[in-house]
Parts: sequence; structure tokens; C-alpha cells
Amino acid sequence: MATYILKRLGLALVTLWLLSVIVFFACHVLPGDPGRAVLGNLAAPSAVAALDHQLGVDRPLVVQYWTWITGLLHGNMGLSTQFRAPVEPYIKAALINSLKLAALAFVIVVPLGIVGGVVAALNYGRTADRVISVAGLSATTVPEFVSGIVLIVVFGVALKVLPVSASAGTGASPASQFQHLILPAIPLVLVLFGYIARMARAGTIEALNSDYARTATLKGLKRSVVIRRHILRNSLLPTITVIATQTGYLIGGLVVVETLFNYQGIGNLIFKAVNSKDFPMLAAAVLTIGVIYMVATLIADILATMLNPRLRLGGAE
Amino acid sequence: MTDVVTTAPAAEVAVASARGELPPWRLLLRRPTFIVGAAILLFWVVCAVFGHMIAPQDPLAQQLLATNKAPSGAHWFGTDQLGRDVFSRVIVGARSILVIAFFATLLGTVAGTALGLAMGYLGGVVDMVGGRIVEAVLALPLIVVAIMFVVAVGGGGSALTIIIIIGLVFTPLIARTVRTAVLVERQQDYLASARLLGENRAYIMFVEVLPNVLPAVFVEFTVRLGYAIFAIAALAFLGLGVQQPTPDWGADINANYGVLPAGYWWMTLFPALAIASLVIAINLVTDSIEQVLAS
Repeated sequence: MATYILKRLGLALVTLWLLSVIVFFACHVLPGDPGRAVLGNLAAPSAVAALDHQLGVDRPLVVQYWTWITGLLHGNMGLSTQFRAPVEPYIKAALINSLKLAALAFVIVVPLGIVGGVVAALNYGRTADRVISVAGLSATTVPEFVSGIVLIVVFGVALKVLPVSASAGTGASPASQFQHLILPAIPLVLVLFGYIARMARAGTIEALNSDYARTATLKGLKRSVVIRRHILRNSLLPTITVIATQTGYLIGGLVVVETLFNYQGIGNLIFKAVNSKDFPMLAAAVLTIGVIYMVATLIADILATMLNPRLRLGGAE
Repeated sequence: MTDVVTTAPAAEVAVASARGELPPWRLLLRRPTFIVGAAILLFWVVCAVFGHMIAPQDPLAQQLLATNKAPSGAHWFGTDQLGRDVFSRVIVGARSILVIAFFATLLGTVAGTALGLAMGYLGGVVDMVGGRIVEAVLALPLIVVAIMFVVAVGGGGSALTIIIIIGLVFTPLIARTVRTAVLVERQQDYLASARLLGENRAYIMFVEVLPNVLPAVFVEFTVRLGYAIFAIAALAFLGLGVQQPTPDWGADINANYGVLPAGYWWMTLFPALAIASLVIAINLVTDSIEQVLAS
């Protein structure tokens, strides 16, 4: 078990390093000149060159990568070219905003998805199963901005019951903040619901058809006891893994949702960094996302291993 | 409890016996979800091919005296901020997204299958290095990777750029699926005998292994097609895809969602519903194919 975790950690570090290389060089073939982007079209070439030098973007790529990666290891993520200030406070503030939105979506979707999947499995092949499966599949594949637009039209424009912008303004009460986050959270919930329900359904069906479920039934346990004690415990295992891997998707969804609802989160930060060619901001934000995703996946793997005796005792790779 | 246990095998038996008599495409036609999905998909394909003939008006024609008009008899879906007929733009707009999605998925499937075959069959260093790179790319959300690539190659715009980018982003995803399928095939006796006969690696990979993993590749293609539509529409919505004035659902939403809170809902809602109907149709078809192949 310990060697398995260590091995996973080692692999994660290698992947992380590769990710930093990919992110750095992908960001670095950005066309355009950061100095020009900051100073505008009318600035003198000498001023642009001076700013480029000050920002360090006129040095060879390998040198820039080395400076960047050693800075990161010392907790220094670089200077934003669009704000000319360290990027950490921006990333931190955006991350907190995104986490609020993501947390609200997760709190709604995890119980909903699990209940949906289990109900579908218990009604295997019947109408309830087909409805939940097809509805979940459809909800999952509709882009967030599409369902977001429908929600805005219905609740914001036609009924006028909910605000169409996600930002409650500075100093808004938690209740008001919550109210502003309801509409943006729903598109994320819709997309995640299908994934989670599908896994919970598949896991439950497998558990229902297992020998231990039949044994439990034949030894006279009540159906509710069999489901609670034998089936759910086994069926939720793969679901945990899916929930963790969906954090990566969730952040991608945030880029779109935060843009549509004009919310100052990490997704919006990436979008704006792209538009203003702010390389240090973009690289730091993308790498932050990568780290969060890898940590979530790692925790999911370790959790799944600890919960499953078969994996714990021998089969762990 | 008991009824659940009995219904499951019963349904499988019914499917299995039907399968013995009918070819797979007949099984597909028996599924209502497939019929509905295929009908919607067919409608959009017809629009993509004959859109200019079906559309009642020129999708590019601006009527500056009739801007922001709500849906009416003259303009079924209303007009946008430049006075263009939204209905005509939605009909003609099917072409851009379908063409880009199809070729992007095709590119990703071909490249991903080649990479997956190499990783799965050659193993060793190829598999190690390939696997690490695939995992590094997969550590980022698809849309973020696509954004980085779009910006790296010089901004959005041409359909070709988007095809190449989505194709590249799909390559590792498809490679991973194909690799898994190849690893299963590797254990089979026919490969051992091919090796003993002295066939070279390329021959074994493409002539012996490839045909056996093709069903998995086909399912992967249909699944990825849905994701491609999702990603292409999202990029266009972010302003990184096809540019105005080409009729494109995502780009039209990008151009008009700013006036949505002011009550001009039709120029955004109808392209959005078009995207929704297309992705749902593709997924109904995909789901039916998967279920028929699995049964």
C-alpha cells in the first residue's frame, strides 16, 4: 500500500514536470509582444523594447523556463504583464471565487447524481431507468453556455426571479452571493449529473447481480438492508473515482460559465489572460488547475484503494 | 430485490435471442432513442448540405431598418443586432459546426489510433514516454488545452485551425482507449503465431491487430463526435472559433449574448437550442450503437 502510494506520487511528479514544460512552451509561442500589448499601438519601439527587457521576455526560452520554474519552486509565480503586479493575489482571489461556485455545484450534484443512478439501477430496464439514463446523457452533452442561456432566458428575462450576473458586488451578504450563484451552478450540475448517475447506476447494477447480493437475499435479509449494507457500499466505489476526476472537467466548465455570467473566477482569469497575452498569468493559472486536478485524482485513487479490500491486499498494480 | 434480479437476465435473454435473428442495423432501428436521434441528426445534415436553398433569406444580408426584431411571421426567429434573419442563420449555420466536428474527430481518431497501436503493441519506452505525455495533456480540461493551442497557433478564425487543434487534443484521448484494446489483443494466440511466422511489426500492427480493435475505434469516434461539437461550440462562444460574419451557432451566441439581459433573447436562444438538439441527437445515436454492440 505504502509503495503503491509512493509510486503514484513519483509518477504524479513526473507528469507535473511535463505539464509545466507543455504549458510553458505552449504559452510561449503566443504571437504578439507582451510589451506592445501593455503599452498599446502608439508607444515608441524603444519603450516597448525596454518593457520587454524589464519583463524578461527578450531572453532565450530555456533561460526563461529555468527562471520561471525555479521561481515557482520558491513560491514565486511571476509578474502579470497586464496588471504589472505579482500574479499570486489574482490567482488566489479567482480560485476562492471559483471554489464557491464549484462547491455549490458539487453539493447539489453529488447526492442528486448518486440517488438518480441508484434509482435507475433498482428499476433496471423500466421506464424510470430509461428516463434517468437518457435525460442524464442529454444533460451531460449539452454545453454549459447553452443550458446557461436557456436558464437566463427563463429565470432572468421571462420570470425575472434570479439575477443574471454571478457577481453580487463587493461587500454583498452571503445570502445575496448565494442567490447570484444559483443560476451559474445549474449548468455545471447538469453536465456532472450524467457522469455521476451513470457510474452509480453501473456500479449498483453490478452489485445487484453479484453472488454476495444473492447470498444476502437468500439468507433472509430485508431488501432495504441488502441494498444499504451490501449494494451501496460496493456500488459507490467507482462513483468516488468519477467524482474526483470530474474536478478537472469542472474547471473547464468554469471557463465558459464564468464568461457567460461574468464571474471573476479562475476560468474568467484564464480567458482574460489569453486575450491580453498575459503569459505569466496564463501559465500560473493553467498550472494551478493541473495541480488541483492531479491532487484530486491521486486522492481518488488512494481512497478507492483503501476502500476496496481486493485492491488493498494485492491487486494494486 | 427478487424482481430486480429476475428482470435483468430476462431483458438480456430477449435481446440475445433477437440478436440471433437480426443484423445489428435492424436492432438499431428497433430502438426509439436511435430513431429520434438519427432523425434530428439527418435534419441538420440536410441543412448543412442544402442550407442555402432551404433558408428563406440570405443569412448574411443586413437589414439595418429591421434590427433586433422579435420573432414574427416575416422573421420566424426574429432578427439580430445587424438585422440578419436568425432563422436563416441557424439553418445555414449547421454546416460550419458539422464539417469542423467531423473532420476534427476523423483526424483525432486516425492519429490517436496510430499512436495507441504503437504504444500498446511496441510497449517499452514508446509506451512509457507516450503514456506520460498523454497523462500530462489529460491533466488539463479539454477546453483549456484547446484555448492554449488556439492562442499558440495565432488566434481563432479559420476552420482548418480549429480542425487541427481539436484533432490534436483528441489524439491522446483516443490513443489511450486504443492502447487498452491493443493490450487485450496482445494476449491472443494469433499474434504469437504471426510473430513466429516472422511477420514484421508494422504488418502485424496494421494488418493483424488493427481490424480487431476497429469496433472500439468506431465507438470512440462516435463518442468523440459529440465531445467535438461541445468543444467547438464552446470555443466559438468564447470568440476563439469561426469568426463573423460566417453563420455559426457558437459565434452568433458570442456576438449576441451581451444583449440577452436586455430582453433580446431570440438571437441567442435559437442557436443555443440548435446546438442542444444536435449534441443530444448525436448522443442518442451513440448510446444506441454502444448498447447494440455491447449486447
